[in-house]
Amino acid sequence: MLANTQGIADVHPHKGKGLAPVLSLTGISKSFPGVKALSEVSLELYPGEVTALVGENGAGKSTIVKILTGIYQPDEGEIFINGLPMHFPTAQDAGRAGVTAIHQETVLFDDLSVAENIFIGHAPKMRFGLIDRKEMVRKAKALLERIGARIDPNVTLKELGIANKHLVAIARALSVDAKIVIMDEPTASLSHKEIEETYELVERLKAEGKAILFISHKFDEIFRIADRYTVFRDGQMVGKGLISEVGEQDLVKLMVGRSVDQVFPKRAPELGDEVLKVVGYSHPTEFEDIGFSLRAGEILGFYGLVGAGRSEFMQALFGVTRPSKGAIRIDDQVAVIRDPNEAIRRGIVYVPEDRGKQGAIRGLPIFQNVSLPSLKETSRKGFLRLAEEFRLAREYTQRLDLRAAALDQDIGDLSGGNQQKVVIAKWLATKPRVIILDEPTKGIDIGSKAAVHEFMAELAAEGLAVIMVSSEIPEILGMSDRVIVMREGRIAAEFEGDHLTPEHLVRAAAGITEVRS
Amino acid sequence: MMRSLMKSRELILAAAILVLVIAIASRFPAFVAPANLANVFNDTAPLIILALGQMAVILTRCIDLSVAANLALTGMVVAMLNMAVPGLPVPVILAIAVSLGALMGLFNGLLVWKLDIPPIVVTLGTMTIYRGIIFVISGGEWINAHEMSDAFKAFPREVVLGLPVLSWIAILVVLAFVLVVGRTPLGRAFFAVGGNPHAAVYTGINVGQTQCAAYVISGALAGLTGYLWVARYAVAYVDIAGGFELEVVAACVIGGISIAGGIGSVGGAVLGALFLGIVKNALPVINISPFWQLAISGSAIIVAVAFNATSSRTKGRVILKKAEHAA
Repeated sequence: MLANTQGIADVHPHKGKGLAPVLSLTGISKSFPGVKALSEVSLELYPGEVTALVGENGAGKSTIVKILTGIYQPDEGEIFINGLPMHFPTAQDAGRAGVTAIHQETVLFDDLSVAENIFIGHAPKMRFGLIDRKEMVRKAKALLERIGARIDPNVTLKELGIANKHLVAIARALSVDAKIVIMDEPTASLSHKEIEETYELVERLKAEGKAILFISHKFDEIFRIADRYTVFRDGQMVGKGLISEVGEQDLVKLMVGRSVDQVFPKRAPELGDEVLKVVGYSHPTEFEDIGFSLRAGEILGFYGLVGAGRSEFMQALFGVTRPSKGAIRIDDQVAVIRDPNEAIRRGIVYVPEDRGKQGAIRGLPIFQNVSLPSLKETSRKGFLRLAEEFRLAREYTQRLDLRAAALDQDIGDLSGGNQQKVVIAKWLATKPRVIILDEPTKGIDIGSKAAVHEFMAELAAEGLAVIMVSSEIPEILGMSDRVIVMREGRIAAEFEGDHLTPEHLVRAAAGITEVRS
Repeated sequence: MMRSLMKSRELILAAAILVLVIAIASRFPAFVAPANLANVFNDTAPLIILALGQMAVILTRCIDLSVAANLALTGMVVAMLNMAVPGLPVPVILAIAVSLGALMGLFNGLLVWKLDIPPIVVTLGTMTIYRGIIFVISGGEWINAHEMSDAFKAFPREVVLGLPVLSWIAILVVLAFVLVVGRTPLGRAFFAVGGNPHAAVYTGINVGQTQCAAYVISGALAGLTGYLWVARYAVAYVDIAGGFELEVVAACVIGGISIAGGIGSVGGAVLGALFLGIVKNALPVINISPFWQLAISGSAIIVAVAFNATSSRTKGRVILKKAEHAA
């Protein structure tokens, strides 16, 4: 049941709950080079109500949040608050208009006190413009009490846990008298008890008449705390209405009901022998009992929500962190991997998700980035041979169709997609048996995406075993021979074959128990 | 692009040095007499050697403030050793100096690597500790020329092929660095660790170990310089080379070694040291108080850092498509 877009300008004089939206967006579009992130979307938020914004990764949720908070400017469309058209050229303007966002990684200052965090930028002043500390602490205390937080305003922020940091962020939002509170996956990294406390807080904010935009992937919480829903898919608003009038299955359908317009390479996988077997891999805080086997020529997809523990597991597999329990076998022989060097030697390589942080080494030219893990092969008697490194880099970057002016260019000068190619080339040059690609196409343009996909298929055809961690359902469905879904640090489901649908993945990842549809 | 920029950065520094030398020569032609230039180089040799060690450390995003104290302690130890056993041959003394210096560098490196203490804190601490040890072992006494054996004092001054041994050692160290930094996996690891430590971990490089290796090299060179220094000036005391560590860091910074790690070259470090050496030697000649030397090196540091900052600012993320193709 899809409610039609509500009119915006007619502000009703009476104050009935939920009648007039406090905030409404109409016809918002936003493009980035090569991508249309949002296309004529609308969104309404009502005072004293929680509106859940639902959608897959890449549906445009964060773009709309950034538009609402003045970080991005829409190409088209209008923002109304209480029926008045608004512009948010900067984040300060959005804040002044009463819009505030609490992010996944809360933007606060670790080394300042709680009170200072709440009032930074608008602290109560005394004569000569000095900060009135007493007044600030008193006000902070009052605010924290109002949201039921038992936090001493004088403690340093870094002493608090994530949940309490969220509370501080919320107190900060209240201190500027926000009317609209955006909560971007507030429970993604919280414990069970902390999640309950967050729900209570949402109820309090509702009671105070705040309009809340609640972004979440977890269906149980959406149905528990939201009053309304809005679904985004591929940058479009595809449905909205009252939560009481919709079921989980309807929402899942709205989220994924797309025509897969991306073209994936056709593959005829020829599976070889088992290359890697993982048994009972566990970590004290991040994942538990991960086990699977992987065969040569196979592409194994790892799907899950952000924070499901996929990358953490891969890092342990690669020897960056150590598991507390579990064993792996490579070519049916027990292998112990203590550090990345050993993983590389054993033929396992890991192309990490965060290129900037974990992949490309700025300051080194492209060819030296490529040769870095292969220096043992390219050097002789302990001395590097630059010509050999160059040859290696040329061979592998050509295979990946790298667009670069010269191989001795600094890697920082390349676009994201091309940097990704250099990082992949670097690992291929080590001639691995197993390659782990963590979000291989995240944040790169469509052309580069297709090239990476094609290359992945080629690798598998050459007998490499590929593990692909991805949060993009089309990519998982289009590329994988088999899919493992992780949820809260455990394997939630394993799927094989062609009958796999997006619904299967979303349900397993969100923890929805199978319901007959 | 980066490469050519680096090259040009060194060219600019070389040009600045040339202009400086020509300016001095126009008033005092004696300054550019080959013998005097050789003298200036010989005077600058300790700075060059230490700057190279420091460069390795700075490349890995660390800093070594203990080099001068290391130098002084090693100098004192070998001087006392020479007093006790005057017959000890110079090669043995050299070996002891290098090993002792390396040991002190290893201590720094292990603290940084295993205990994860910030490098500036570690070396600030060991700087004081090493100086303190000199006082303890020497009782605050000086060791003077007449207490040292002739062979001990003569080695750095001995002239081979027109240059003193001290100069030759600096040249050898420069050549070794060209080889190690440019042509060995360790040298490459210095750049990788400083350029992006996270990524370096993923390529199988042990970041802490690499940083530790840089400290050992820096320490070994400080130890070597310790003997050469004490022998050349024929005196050893607690405060020898006091504050010299700052001059060493300054040489690196002026030479374009990025204090944030990952960027720099052997040529840059050598030129940076030469620049400071020439300023130091020229000032008395042109009758300017040596106190100006501090102001001049200070200004040179700021100019160099400002230059590096502006040149790296332009290379942000290329967001615009058309800019990417143009690049």
